[in-house]
Amino acid sequence: MALTGVEIFKLLPKTNCKKCGHPTCLAFAMKLAQRQASLDSCPDVSEEAKRVLGEASAPPVRPITLGAGDKAVKMGEETVLFRHEKKFVNPCVLAVEVKDTLSDDEIGRIVEGVLSSEIDRVGQKLRVDALFLSNASGDAGKFESAVKAVAAKAPAVPLILSTSNAAAAEAALKAVADRKPLLYGADESNADAMAALAKNYKVSLGVVGKGLDALSSLTEKIKGLGVEDMVIDSGARTAKEIIENNTFIRRAAIKKNFKALGYPVITLAQRDDAMLEMLVASLGVAKYSSLIVMSSVEKWKDLALFTLRQNIYTDPQVPMQVEQKIYTIGETSAESPLMITSNFSLTYFILSGEVENSKVPTRLAVLDCEGLSVLTAWAAGKFTASKIAAFIQESGIGDELKNKELIIPGYVAILSGSIEEKLPGWKITVGPREANGVPAFLKSR
Amino acid sequence: MAFVAPKETYAGKVFEVAIGTDKPVVFGGENVLPFHSFEGNVPSRPVIAFEIQDTAPDDWPETVKKAHAGVSGDPVTWAKHCQDALGAKAIALRLVGTHPDRENRSPEEAAKTVRDVLAAVTVPLIILGSNNVEKDSAVLVAVAEAAKDRNCIIGKAQEANYKTIAAAAMANSHKLIAMSELDINLSKQLNILITQMGFDKEKLITDPMCSALGYGLEYTYSVMERIRLAALTQNDATMQQPMLGDVGMYVWKVKETQAPEADLPQWGSLAERGIAWETATAGSLILAGAELLIMRHPEAVKAVEKFIDELL
Repeated sequence: MALTGVEIFKLLPKTNCKKCGHPTCLAFAMKLAQRQASLDSCPDVSEEAKRVLGEASAPPVRPITLGAGDKAVKMGEETVLFRHEKKFVNPCVLAVEVKDTLSDDEIGRIVEGVLSSEIDRVGQKLRVDALFLSNASGDAGKFESAVKAVAAKAPAVPLILSTSNAAAAEAALKAVADRKPLLYGADESNADAMAALAKNYKVSLGVVGKGLDALSSLTEKIKGLGVEDMVIDSGARTAKEIIENNTFIRRAAIKKNFKALGYPVITLAQRDDAMLEMLVASLGVAKYSSLIVMSSVEKWKDLALFTLRQNIYTDPQVPMQVEQKIYTIGETSAESPLMITSNFSLTYFILSGEVENSKVPTRLAVLDCEGLSVLTAWAAGKFTASKIAAFIQESGIGDELKNKELIIPGYVAILSGSIEEKLPGWKITVGPREANGVPAFLKSR
Repeated sequence: MAFVAPKETYAGKVFEVAIGTDKPVVFGGENVLPFHSFEGNVPSRPVIAFEIQDTAPDDWPETVKKAHAGVSGDPVTWAKHCQDALGAKAIALRLVGTHPDRENRSPEEAAKTVRDVLAAVTVPLIILGSNNVEKDSAVLVAVAEAAKDRNCIIGKAQEANYKTIAAAAMANSHKLIAMSELDINLSKQLNILITQMGFDKEKLITDPMCSALGYGLEYTYSVMERIRLAALTQNDATMQQPMLGDVGMYVWKVKETQAPEADLPQWGSLAERGIAWETATAGSLILAGAELLIMRHPEAVKAVEKFIDELL
């Protein structure tokens, strides 16, 4: 747990020398507590203070980067248990398993699925992030050649090397260590050998313990062997075990500052039933997994999980916004109606859903109101007659319409007169107050 | 450093609610966060009700309409099909046909539909209006009377119409859904208003308003988590009602459940995508605290039941 300003102050020289740029040691301590200053600015700080403060300022869940280059992904650094408290930090990594027992064709299909998985949703690029290569054959040679084949086919995708055989691990690492794969992993039987490999090849190590007690001892042992970057697996496989262990791990790390479990969690969610696999992966997304392994790439399943991950990892304090522009819903013509609303994503989603339901092709002008809903934006002076008029005029949409008519939300009926003044030649119509009145409104026109 | 499991115990618990008479169904009653049976009691599993309506589901997307083809033309046949062929534990009858913009059916017609459905099935019934606040006041009063003493759930009471609907539910011994729009304070306030009328706080079900995956799900998810935390940590009796996720209605109108694969090849198979959308929305909401779900597609219900089996 982070130290308070006063606790930090006690560790400082208390000379008020101002060399750090702050008027007093106490003021500096306060800045340190808020993470707005660095301890390096104090020239006289003791080694003891450095050690204590360094430990206390380390994030409760260690940051780990998987992969190298543009497609590398970051895990860990989480600070809360519930997303309404503060934004969840690093969206969990989704990986798909490739077994070394598969034929070249089958491997090719999965890799191709991962490479072509990227979609764009509300301005974010979402994809299956990583490949989980498993040594299902138990054979070091087979593993090495599968790893090489996958690495060649997917030159940028982060890799997880899953084997408990140190010889197989080393063969694979020789081929792909520069891509910063995760070596998964170490267990009680091979911890020394695996830790040595992780250290030599400078990669993170996946650690598997049966239960949280054994897992904690194992991470401490491995840390003692000089490996700090770990990803942990408590052996939880059923949904019941996953929610229990992941909850305990996150609580221990954040509320108790229990370092032995302060690492990102890997969850193996593979199921024969794709719909159930999606649900178990959803549990990982919502409840604290940082890396989720699935057995297959299915576009419908990926889309649902990408969307859920985006929803859960959204900043609860920043309203989601959609881009300011004129959206068309259905096959619009010169006669189709034009409606205007704010760019709060929820407003946009609900309204566009109702317009789609109405089956009336419609143009939807979305005005940038910094993500506020219509009424709030109006009250804050961000959904005003001048802004609406300027947006409509600059868009040039009037040229595409047979009749220049703009439908405004019922809640801002009060604006109709002033918009008419600012948009000469336009007819302003007051629409329904709520989106659920829109289908009837559009159909009755 | 030895590991000590950081268990938490809470002061409060969620009220347990039983619905129906012949085959009553119980939900709620837990004194921990959802599926946290490792530190407390989770006596019941979430209940999934199959949604049917009083008019043929012509406005439902193809994937889910097809799943009820041949039985959905008539609410009685449809209800029996859900109970007997699909194994529904409860049925939610939505009286959309009473909406003034739809068939504008009278409260008397709605009451007859309810009586007919009740005569045909033994599983508990949830009776929902058309979400038109004025019309619902009249319709829900009539159907509450028609279903007297069958221990149904009536809904939804909202700020604008709760008085008449709550009074009717109370007079005819039903449970009541109180719905507000995605705000923990509004939700609490409505529960207080309804209980101040003398309505038993243990017969209420909170609907903090559902949203579909990708269309504001995170709002519903977090409001539910916050309500549940208030119930448990603050022992707040106005927040201890079980929660409803009215999933099907919100899911089966978004683009992801309707856009053909031919138009959006990146989105994959339409049939599975629609089912996945309902499944994932429902699956997330039970993790946030919903104990009662209303769903449409039998395959989605089956998947969520399997998930619950694994969680318990």
